[in-house]
Amino acid sequence: MLSVHGLQQRSDLLQAIRSFFIERAYIEVDTPHRLPVLIPESNLIPFTSESWFLQTSPELCMKRLLARGCTQIFQICHCFRKEENGRFHQSEFSMLEWYHKDWNYFDLMQECEDLVVALCQRFPGMLPLDADGMLNWAGERISLAPPWDRLSVAEAFQRYAETELDEVLAKGSFDEVLVTAVEPHLGRSRPVFLYDYPIELGSLARCSQKNNRVAERFELYIGGVELANGFSELVDPQEQRRRFRHEIKTLRSEGREAVMPEKFLADLSKVGETAGIALGLDRLFMLLMGGIDIAAAIPFIFEEL
Amino acid sequence: MYTASDLRKGLKIQIDGEPYIVTEFDFSKPGKGQALYRTKMRNMITGVQFTQTYRSNDKFERPNLEERNMQFLYAQDEEYHFMDTVSYEQIFLTKEQLGDNLNFLVDNMEVQVLFFGERPIDITLPTFVNLEVTVAEPWAKGDTSGTDTKPVTVQTGFQLQVPPFVNQGDKIQIDTRTGSYITRVKE
Repeated sequence: MLSVHGLQQRSDLLQAIRSFFIERAYIEVDTPHRLPVLIPESNLIPFTSESWFLQTSPELCMKRLLARGCTQIFQICHCFRKEENGRFHQSEFSMLEWYHKDWNYFDLMQECEDLVVALCQRFPGMLPLDADGMLNWAGERISLAPPWDRLSVAEAFQRYAETELDEVLAKGSFDEVLVTAVEPHLGRSRPVFLYDYPIELGSLARCSQKNNRVAERFELYIGGVELANGFSELVDPQEQRRRFRHEIKTLRSEGREAVMPEKFLADLSKVGETAGIALGLDRLFMLLMGGIDIAAAIPFIFEEL
Repeated sequence: MYTASDLRKGLKIQIDGEPYIVTEFDFSKPGKGQALYRTKMRNMITGVQFTQTYRSNDKFERPNLEERNMQFLYAQDEEYHFMDTVSYEQIFLTKEQLGDNLNFLVDNMEVQVLFFGERPIDITLPTFVNLEVTVAEPWAKGDTSGTDTKPVTVQTGFQLQVPPFVNQGDKIQIDTRTGSYITRVKE
């Protein structure tokens, strides 16, 4: 629950994010939250609304706007994911999502870094930063000074879990090892971009040109907290349809309904090379406002309603 | 049945036929990955703790747990006998099962006994109990040690710190959750 002071801070941060993107020639868009078809993702459970769904992410509509000719767009919106509640999760949460044409995932890592650094510079004294510009969060001191670290998923598993990525994938324990052995070490002294995910874990990301078992996907971590997920977008409708078919099969095997998002696929061929990223705003605000859970950064948590 | 998404701190679940209480809980979900429910649990019978990570499709039975009002009657050979105040049925728990509760348990005290099926496994004491001080050193006036409490022993053998004015034979109220002195009781 936010105090009036906290609401003011959140408002200031929201306005600063808008200014950052407007100054960089982005268009702010606001797409529908309620949709007849979602991107099939077996790890997300949507809320239904009549016979439609509340969005789990604004990705589908935003990519369709890219197909319409937009080159740089951003959106600040609410997303809804059933059964996600915890220290860093709320079923309804705020997302910042942006896309830039003709960019790849490394370009977006840089812009993501620029954004957070710009927010810190804009509010000296307001954020939990000490005189050296170190972020004090949950008893840790994290340097936000650029450049941030970049670490591949394979390197991270070797370094922190002392295991080969292939072994973990063969056992089907990627998520478990990531959460228990790798994530706690990520971004402890400075933020880190974890990049190049196994291809099966990047359903909407482009396959790497250098290694066909890797998707051009990254996640940003600060203080062990995952903040953002970005990719070089997959814009090949045939390949995307093949991956969706696989997801739909998984969903149906669990007795859940799933439909191929045909309008999305029809538009995808018109998107062109693009990079996109989704950033969990409540988590970012938690860090920048010095809270230890996202309840400290949002106006109401689920239990208060 | 409970599913993994019902897990939270304090939830009681049954695993391999035994009741467990969740003592720590953490929900995590790596981006676009599976939901993972990381828990620390304590076996409600043996007290053994363990940590385990569950996934969304894991399911748990509800343990058949029931609390009943009972009165403590007497102890014999490390067996502590209680009587149901409604049905007069008698049961016993062992010294081991009662653990630190023995610090505050006296004859005729009314407690909540927790049953797993037909088996008594634990008790909950009243939050505040009145016990008699059996050993207290008189307070030496002019004591310069700088402390404003002194140790006493109550009728159960439990020792605690109390203010200097408490004397042998006084009754004092104790918080059973913390074992700390609350007040002197006049009777």
